[in-house]
Amino acid sequence: MMRFILPFVVFAVLAVFLYIGLGRDPREVPSPLIGKPAPAFSLPLLHDAKKQISVQDMKGQVWLLNVWASWCGACKDEHPVLMDLASQGIVPVLGLNYKDKREDGEAVLRKAGDPYTLTLFDADGKVGFDYGVYGVPETYVIDKEGVIRDKLIGAVTPQNLRDRILPLLEELKKK
Amino acid sequence: MRYLAIALLCLLPTVAFAGEAKDLADDPVMERRMIQLAEKVRCLVCQSEAVASSHSDWSNDVRQIMRDKMKEGASDQEILDMLVERFGKSVLFDPPVDKETFPLWAAPFILLLIGVAVLFFQLRKRRETVPESTLSPEAHRRAAALLNEEDNK
Repeated sequence: MMRFILPFVVFAVLAVFLYIGLGRDPREVPSPLIGKPAPAFSLPLLHDAKKQISVQDMKGQVWLLNVWASWCGACKDEHPVLMDLASQGIVPVLGLNYKDKREDGEAVLRKAGDPYTLTLFDADGKVGFDYGVYGVPETYVIDKEGVIRDKLIGAVTPQNLRDRILPLLEELKKK
Repeated sequence: MRYLAIALLCLLPTVAFAGEAKDLADDPVMERRMIQLAEKVRCLVCQSEAVASSHSDWSNDVRQIMRDKMKEGASDQEILDMLVERFGKSVLFDPPVDKETFPLWAAPFILLLIGVAVLFFQLRKRRETVPESTLSPEAHRRAAALLNEEDNK
């Protein structure tokens, strides 16, 4: 009897592992930056090249940093979700226009609406690199101390906003 | 004249793409060092491809940053550390052995040990269950005789 049960158990365990593996996104690498201070930057605004914004300017607030680009398809999917989030005014949402052309980025916001409190312009992607960006869109949750608390790889959806981001924001705002 | 026009037309595509080859650094020695280092780094947007051989935008950026850092005098290890800091240990094809990655490194050996142990016990059990020999001395003699006969033919 044992000689039939044992291979079956081994098979079942393997099958469960493989099944879990199927459902995971291999592109989603956990960020080592979670729990670390947000890398410093000083970037011009998309709408105003003369104005510079740095991480220090956001101290004392819980905020979101949303990395996007005009050439990124998934960013168009998440755009209405961000518009909705912005209209609720829960936290400031900063856009990071990543490796884009200024006029292209501005055109997107003019046409589809601008969900961002401020939009930073990262033309050469240097700041994006410091934040470990390897695919847009990516969204960072940063707390009042300037520490990265979560990183979402891929589009913001109503689901992950409700289940993951909003609860975290509420918790961080209370601190 | 017509042949010249055709020959020129054939050249057109090459001309159109010539602008894109921007990857080569001015210093071939450093470029070799950079490629060697980039072999150790995983392209995060392609999976299972090294940054050295990937054509993705992200890999291009990483190679450029490696060049810049090398020009600034950074060591290979410093550059790898900088990448790990931003993208995690999985960005290296050979992640360092530490508390977090130990199961990953040890797993093949543990599995091998389990396999050897199972094989060992199975073989011992089989030796116990298979009876040595049930032939009577008479039957042995007959078998030997038959075998000899076979040989003599």
